[in-house]
Amino acid sequence: MRAGDELPPLEIPITRTLIVAGALASRDYQDVHHDAELAREKGSPDIFMNILTTNGLVGRYITDYLTGHIGPHCTLRKVAIRLGAPNYPGDTMVLRGTVTAVDGHMAQIRVIGANGLGHHVTGTVTVLLGAAR
Amino acid sequence: MSGGDGVASGLYERLKAYEGRSAVTRGVGRDPVNAPMIRHWCEAMGDTHPAYRGPDAIAPPTMLQAWTMGGLSGHSGHHSEHSGRSTAYDELFALLDGAGYTAVVATDCEQEYLRPLRPGDRVLFDAVIESVSERKTTKLGTGHFVTTRMDVRVEGEADEGGHGRGPDGAAAAADVAAAAEPELVGTHRFRILKYAPAAKRPERAERSEKPEPRPRPVINRDNAGFWEGVAAHRLLIQRCVGCGALRFPWLPGCNACASPEWDTVEASGEGTVYSYVVLHHPPFPAFDPPYAVALVELAEGVRMVSNVVGVPYDEVRIGMPVRLAFLRVDEEWELPVFNGLVGSGA
Repeated sequence: MRAGDELPPLEIPITRTLIVAGALASRDYQDVHHDAELAREKGSPDIFMNILTTNGLVGRYITDYLTGHIGPHCTLRKVAIRLGAPNYPGDTMVLRGTVTAVDGHMAQIRVIGANGLGHHVTGTVTVLLGAAR
Repeated sequence: MSGGDGVASGLYERLKAYEGRSAVTRGVGRDPVNAPMIRHWCEAMGDTHPAYRGPDAIAPPTMLQAWTMGGLSGHSGHHSEHSGRSTAYDELFALLDGAGYTAVVATDCEQEYLRPLRPGDRVLFDAVIESVSERKTTKLGTGHFVTTRMDVRVEGEADEGGHGRGPDGAAAAADVAAAAEPELVGTHRFRILKYAPAAKRPERAERSEKPEPRPRPVINRDNAGFWEGVAAHRLLIQRCVGCGALRFPWLPGCNACASPEWDTVEASGEGTVYSYVVLHHPPFPAFDPPYAVALVELAEGVRMVSNVVGVPYDEVRIGMPVRLAFLRVDEEWELPVFNGLVGSGA
């Protein structure tokens, strides 16, 4: 793994089911993540994905890549994300990643998840590369 | 919304006073880390990583916050005892709610993982209010960002040998009950926006019943002369007394020579379309798309943005000659617009 390496993109269809399942799996019962009518009352055109689901998807994107390309013993040390354009049902989010730094067993990956409205998520993930031991 | 700056800044000082105070004290996870919740999470995320299955399973690190969530029924039992949510945090939210910032959306999440969580781990958490931002306006609406930082710990294993240190029997017993110090397993910084939702767009039926008034310009000492001219059906261009340069829109000083001295010249009203767009979408209250918005170059040489009327929106063209008119847009408001002059060649 070297700085500049690009991760293969991961396309995630944003279904209503994914939004609701993600909200419930993260125990987030804010109405804007499952009730379209109440979401509209709060100025949103529809329900939208909660931040914990986005966080989980970013984590999955990185660990899947590491497991497939580096080895099974890589671990997440840090995930820092910022949300922008919401993930609404019917959209598609494409996650892309670029390795920005590698220092010994630590590496940093810049992640961007773009949907039809713009950047849903931008973030940096720090990983500990599996020491073959 | 109607509060002036003084009111708003007074609110901000009160919000700011909560920085550094506890948001959660001794919160206890509703459930210990457990396999079913891990499985539900992995199913929802489509995460098939082998580390999250089997006898040596760990929880996905990004689940960190999930173990601290109250869920549908909140932290039941003696509310504050389990959720640990502090009165300071409740007060801060009440202040924001009271100021109209009733909606909430999460914007940032920064997590650090010190060791994996495993089924059986009992999660404890404490959080502090790190910062409250000034009032910010976002696409969703206006509000304040609130950042909290949470330390997530896991209850220490009960030490079967006990902690019988020292001769004081009572103190030793208390020590055994408390077991080992909770171990820090992760940190979680979280930023939310507490905001006032932007006004709901009225339904079509409501709109046709009562037309919305046009948005009003902000009139101040730097542009009041322009609007006085409009009221008298005169389109006034500013002229620098220092260097004679014409300028539009109105500004307090000259961009060419920096002189603050100015007088005005009245536009003849003749001009041409320098550029234009036709607005189809989105519809704003008080406007009826499609309509043409043009950058009109006045005969005097300055340009101004206005509507081209008197010709179909789809016949407006660059270079089209136009002439000034004053359009009454509602009961008390007139605006300078331009009639497209068809047939005079473009």
